[in-house]
Amino acid sequence: MFPELNNLLNTTPDRAEQGKLTLLCDAKTDGSFLVHHFLSFYLKANCKVCFVALIQSFSHYNIVGQKLGVSLTAARECGQLVFLEGLKSSVDVFFRAQAEPHPLQFLRSASLQPCSEVHTWEADAGNLQPLYEFVREALKPADDGQAAWRCPVLLVDDLSVLLSLGMGAVAVLDFIHYCRAAVCWEQKGNIVALVHDSGDAEDEENDILLNGLSHQSHLILRAEGLATGFCRDVHGQLKILWRTPSQPAAHRDRSLTYQYKIQDKSVSFFAKGMSPAIL
Amino acid sequence: MAAAATCGTSAGNKGCTAAAAAAAGGKNNVTSFQRKGPRASVPDSGCARLVSIAGTRPSVRNGQLLVSTGLPALDQLLGGGLAVGTVLLIEEDKYNIYSSLLFKYFLAEGVINGHTLLVASAKEDPADILQELPAPLLDDNCKKDFDEDVGNHKTPESNIKMKIAWRYQLLPKMEPGPVSSSRFGHYYDLSKRMPQELIETSKWHGFFFPEKLSPTLNIEPCSLTHGYIKLLQFIQNVIYEEGFDGSNPQKKQKNILRIGIQNLGSPLWGDDICCTENCDNSHSLTKFLYVLRGLLRTSLSACIITMPTHLIQNKAIIARVTNLSDTVVGLESFIGSERETNPLYKDYHGLIHIRQIPRLNNLIYDVSDVKDLAFKLKRKLFTIERLHLPPDLSDTVSRSSKQIPAASSRLLGQECGVMAGGRKHLDF
Repeated sequence: MFPELNNLLNTTPDRAEQGKLTLLCDAKTDGSFLVHHFLSFYLKANCKVCFVALIQSFSHYNIVGQKLGVSLTAARECGQLVFLEGLKSSVDVFFRAQAEPHPLQFLRSASLQPCSEVHTWEADAGNLQPLYEFVREALKPADDGQAAWRCPVLLVDDLSVLLSLGMGAVAVLDFIHYCRAAVCWEQKGNIVALVHDSGDAEDEENDILLNGLSHQSHLILRAEGLATGFCRDVHGQLKILWRTPSQPAAHRDRSLTYQYKIQDKSVSFFAKGMSPAIL
Repeated sequence: MAAAATCGTSAGNKGCTAAAAAAAGGKNNVTSFQRKGPRASVPDSGCARLVSIAGTRPSVRNGQLLVSTGLPALDQLLGGGLAVGTVLLIEEDKYNIYSSLLFKYFLAEGVINGHTLLVASAKEDPADILQELPAPLLDDNCKKDFDEDVGNHKTPESNIKMKIAWRYQLLPKMEPGPVSSSRFGHYYDLSKRMPQELIETSKWHGFFFPEKLSPTLNIEPCSLTHGYIKLLQFIQNVIYEEGFDGSNPQKKQKNILRIGIQNLGSPLWGDDICCTENCDNSHSLTKFLYVLRGLLRTSLSACIITMPTHLIQNKAIIARVTNLSDTVVGLESFIGSERETNPLYKDYHGLIHIRQIPRLNNLIYDVSDVKDLAFKLKRKLFTIERLHLPPDLSDTVSRSSKQIPAASSRLLGQECGVMAGGRKHLDF
């Protein structure tokens, strides 16, 4: 959790909003620092977090989380954090046939069986329903009724990988829609998802996904590389956009732009052109 | 930092059973052990755990275990080396000359350090690839030859202070000279082959795709190309059987598996992304990379992949492949292009672009300031330098710039004589 970013977003872990979809997007730079921020923010806010980490391993997030003041191993052990490690599970799913449905089952869709000549197609190959079931199961409130945690939060890093793994943009949008219904509306929780913006790489599926999610989200954080190229003191620019999806054109959405520099344990934000190195 | 330095000297000590026992004991506690790194404050036990593997060293930034790519210049640009458990993707140059060289350097480094190799290719038999590895330059024998080579093209370095391009003086120099075999990163002599006995003592597995094709090929739509599935199964088999993922408790020393995959994505693997823009199996390559990375993250291995990205028609796939790899380096050689005869580039053989460096276990990463890098290949040295254009000393250029003020001064001579006269001496 970066205190400066909390100030910009005008939130603290005590007063975290509920029922919101936050979209993180990065273009020409690495926006993963935002994922680390929200992960530590919601863990400190005492929320139950389901983290679908498709791109890095658990220890990566753990080590960065320790720099930011949260321990993922402790959170996982006491049940506050449900962690789906995509890379490790993909190996299990791909090489060993699973008895029960696995959230990443779509990796096996229509793949060849090595020893038998008969190829079985999985019943629900090619959609993200098992993943949705996993999320819903992980975030459902405890049976005994007592609320141990504040609100459930789903964190996905990142959705563009699902496109690379063979899912269509519509399937991913459906998945987020179902998750919103279950997490944001039913349980008054939050969803935070990261999508890469491919820019001029003409990735149509990615653009569909990004545009679709932009219209549904309440808060968009967009990290961009500087238009003039690499700079040692200013790592990029962050655009914050507050939206109200329910009233699309009613009033103007509020937006702010800051530049940032990532340091070892924090990120410092400053107004455009006001980097301490330049002044 | 001091602790890391002292541990580094014991890297060559292979027969250290105490360290191996510590390694075995230490590794049982952690889930994804390849990322575990000693904090700077934990002195000896952490270091002994990691440094028991030859040819590796912990990163100074985050304790991540690093292996050398075989090219010390590239190691420097990547922040010390290639992290264990990650993928290095080389975007091939147009005629696959320098990328196959980097591939060979990587494998040769593995042979020197005693790592296990896994070589996969659809074009060449892995045994042939191994025969063509360059010979290492070791300490004393070749120091004389090396000095001759360096002395040929450049005056002795730091004695001469540069007057005009003084900023280049401040740049760190390339490390001169061959190094001993226990050091991290070696230099190779391309005119000689790796000695046969070194290749024979090394442990390697080869995957030559045409041999692994099953005679009965069932053509049906599948999400992954047949070649990729076979390759993944082969890699997983090797990792599992030899215990690189910690599954079989190793009685002997822990070792690194170096995986090299050549020309991934080319039609020889059965993939058609290089042939058409709208291909059926557009997700085949990206799925392969994802599962491969999953295998690497859960084992003590590092992988180099060369990919002919200049042939891939669909730019979206290149962007996805870049996002799914950890370190991406692009090579652009001048052969056949108009830059080959351009006098500005005459010292270099091509450009090297560091497209992506991963942020592992950290918010920040080591990135060099220099973005325009060029490489040149000599017999014994592959250098990567900042591309600096030599000063333009041709006569025509300077003369034309002097003419213009002289002409204008004649025109203005009537009105402001003094100023025009002054302008004649200005030399922009």
